[in-house]
Amino acid sequence: MAGETQTISEYIVHHLTNLTYGKLPAGFEREDGSVVGEGGAWVMAHGGDEAAAMGFNAIHVDSMLWSIGLGIIFCWLFRRVAKKAESGVPSKAVNIVEMIVEFVDNTVRDTFHGQNKLVAPLALTIFVWVFLMNLMDLIPVDLIPSLLALAGVHYQKIVPSTDPNITMGMAVGVFILMLYYSIKVKGMGFVRELTLNPFNHPVFIPVNLFMEVVGLLAKPFSLGLRLFGNMYAGEMIFILIAALFSAGIAWALPAGLLQIGWAIFHILVITLQAFIFMVLTIVYLSMAHEDH
Amino acid sequence: MNINLTLIGQMVAFVCFVVFCMKYVWPPIIAAMQERENKIADGLAAADRASHDLELAQEKAVERLRQAKEEAAAIVDAANKRGNQLVEEAKQAALVEAQRVKASAQAEIEQEANRAREQLRGQVAALSLAGAEKILGSSIDPKAHADLVDELAAQL
Repeated sequence: MAGETQTISEYIVHHLTNLTYGKLPAGFEREDGSVVGEGGAWVMAHGGDEAAAMGFNAIHVDSMLWSIGLGIIFCWLFRRVAKKAESGVPSKAVNIVEMIVEFVDNTVRDTFHGQNKLVAPLALTIFVWVFLMNLMDLIPVDLIPSLLALAGVHYQKIVPSTDPNITMGMAVGVFILMLYYSIKVKGMGFVRELTLNPFNHPVFIPVNLFMEVVGLLAKPFSLGLRLFGNMYAGEMIFILIAALFSAGIAWALPAGLLQIGWAIFHILVITLQAFIFMVLTIVYLSMAHEDH
Repeated sequence: MNINLTLIGQMVAFVCFVVFCMKYVWPPIIAAMQERENKIADGLAAADRASHDLELAQEKAVERLRQAKEEAAAIVDAANKRGNQLVEEAKQAALVEAQRVKASAQAEIEQEANRAREQLRGQVAALSLAGAEKILGSSIDPKAHADLVDELAAQL
């Protein structure tokens, strides 16, 4: 909740700032008035300005930790079940995990027709991991940042999928796989696809190349930015609703109702976004395997 | 919202988790599910077979029962026939016996009659002789007239 000293906009900006560790350039004047010396300095950023000044040489500690932590939870949970899994009567945990696995397996079977041992585990990892990352959105926006603020950590975004680095990191990973399989499966066919499509004439090669490359690049961007955009917008609305609480006791009740309503709706959104990310990954990889 | 090293970090983490999932999570779960699927399919097939067997056994049992009933009916029939036959035979034997008894009785009667007749004939001869002696006043040599007397007796 916004404190006495914070305006609404400060509150929102605070919530949208990652905990950043990075290298400040030489000569940068920090908040406390000190100037970064020769060769720059690796420090925790105090505020968005310093984070922006760090440029590419920075890492969002909060996004990274939450993302890896959730990934480890996924691996641990599923590995535990995989060890216990046998052909006998399944326990409840095994049942739930197998339901998810079967759902992913069916989706992959329906969409992907090639022979590839990677696609199904990839889809499972994406689905569960993205779902877990999105799920963090349902934790009240102030809960963990406030607790961590008591411990002296001042910036915290707990939903990794509202960080474009995270979603684009996965999308680029998928994109690299797309390129790898396109070249591996189609070889020169991939080059032909890029140059002689849609106008099958040597004269049009530059035009074709431009159009196809744009189309190709649009895939990872749309993949990563769709998830980011949806989750960012959802998070934003949670923050705005939370900001309403500070507007007085009269606003608390409608804000509470809004909070519940949006959270319930968001259960759908986070599942859907995880599913869309998974399905598009499968579709893109399937396209990479198919020779036209 | 800067693009920075987090992107690379996330890519590395992504690769690690996917590889982990591919090596240690996906294969055992899918294998277990496949195995269970096969088991269930086998179980269902066995149940089908068992119900089919049961049906066959029931049919067989009904067939057996029917056969047994038929056999029993045949046995009863044969027994009835045999009984009738026995009664018939007994009747026949009785008839034959009766005939035999009757015949022997008749033979005896005839024999008795013959004997009585012989006796009678003897007596008649004796009486005739006595009568003739009385009539003639003299005795007649039975030997001389034996032929005559016998002839008379035979005529009786």
